[in-house]
Amino acid sequence: MMDTQWDTYEVFHQTKKGDPHMYVGSVHAPDPEMALQMARDQFARRLKCVSLWVVNSKNIASTDYQNEDFFAQVTDKSYRDPKAFEAPDKESPNEH
Amino acid sequence: MSMQNKTNEQQLAAFEARISRGEKVEPGDWMPDEYRKTLIRMIGQHAHSEIVGQLPEGKWIPHAPGFRRKLTLVAKVQDEAGHGQLLYRAAETLGKSREEMLEELLAGKAKYANVFNYPTPTWADVGVIGWLVDTAAVINQTMLAQTSYGPYARAMKRICYEESFHIKQGYDSIVALAKGTPEQRAMARDAIKRWWYPTLMMSGPPDSLSVHTSQSMKWKIKSKTNEQVRQEFVDLIVPQIRALGFDVPDRECFFDKRTGHWHYTQPDWEELKRVINGDGPMNRERLAVRRKAHEDGRWVREALAAKGNSQAVAA
Repeated sequence: MMDTQWDTYEVFHQTKKGDPHMYVGSVHAPDPEMALQMARDQFARRLKCVSLWVVNSKNIASTDYQNEDFFAQVTDKSYRDPKAFEAPDKESPNEH
Repeated sequence: MSMQNKTNEQQLAAFEARISRGEKVEPGDWMPDEYRKTLIRMIGQHAHSEIVGQLPEGKWIPHAPGFRRKLTLVAKVQDEAGHGQLLYRAAETLGKSREEMLEELLAGKAKYANVFNYPTPTWADVGVIGWLVDTAAVINQTMLAQTSYGPYARAMKRICYEESFHIKQGYDSIVALAKGTPEQRAMARDAIKRWWYPTLMMSGPPDSLSVHTSQSMKWKIKSKTNEQVRQEFVDLIVPQIRALGFDVPDRECFFDKRTGHWHYTQPDWEELKRVINGDGPMNRERLAVRRKAHEDGRWVREALAAKGNSQAVAA
């Protein structure tokens, strides 16, 4: 009987409240509840952790590295960058 | 022209160009079959080594001298189980299932770090594994943290961090013996003697006998030869052994001013071949213990699977 090949769950780890959940890796588990326990033992047994998310790997949609067109920027997008504009004068106008 | 229409040669050229630019290879990317096979073999053996590596030290958990040493050893052995899981996951991204790898290990078809086929008759052996064996492992793994295969490199970074705890706790327990009674010092000295050559063998056969090294370096799977990794270990560990007042168990070991390195006697490579092929002092016991643990855990896996299935039906 195949009894060691469970689904895989991707694990997201939050170090402290207010921080984003960061992707740390994946675990094998028969259901989401066990996946959380496995994730705790694997990714939170040493470093601080206040929250974990797990999601079945089957439910992740992703882009393909080989399809570079997906991210191609055909036109100049520099106008989206704050650095493309001059900063206001740092001196307060009241001092003049 | 799309990737699908490129010939194999063009794909190989594009792959090698990416490698030489220092890019990481990721699971869905095109890669040569030989690159995939090499990594499945390496990562699989590495995962098995973590799993089997629990056994020589695990048997000392009930006998650890004092509660703090016992807790530390439990934590170390748990780390090794965790490293095994991380590595099986990394190998799975290349298309081989964890189940297949576990079955190969239990069937005695898979290789794992040869060093774990040697016995741990005293408490000092546990300390020496942490200090010598894990130092040698970390030198290799620090190199592998730079490997060109992304999932392996990421697993290695995490593992190296935890291995540094393993080295420190091992060194700390040997320092305690070194400062102890004449019997304790003798126990540490004998363990160093037992583990010296098996540890030197860990970095693999000399470059002239290594069949995989040059291709692995070309594809940046490894960035150092076995001899470079071994020399780095010797240069680091010999001064540490001497500083604790112990002798390196090799009469030919001396600092060579000409090369700037410690000279050492090569291990017996025939012994490595013999032990790795199954005829070492502990090969049979290690596999027997692993098989028993696997069978003893079967009811837990079945219960968890049944629970998972019943939730799926209820949903």
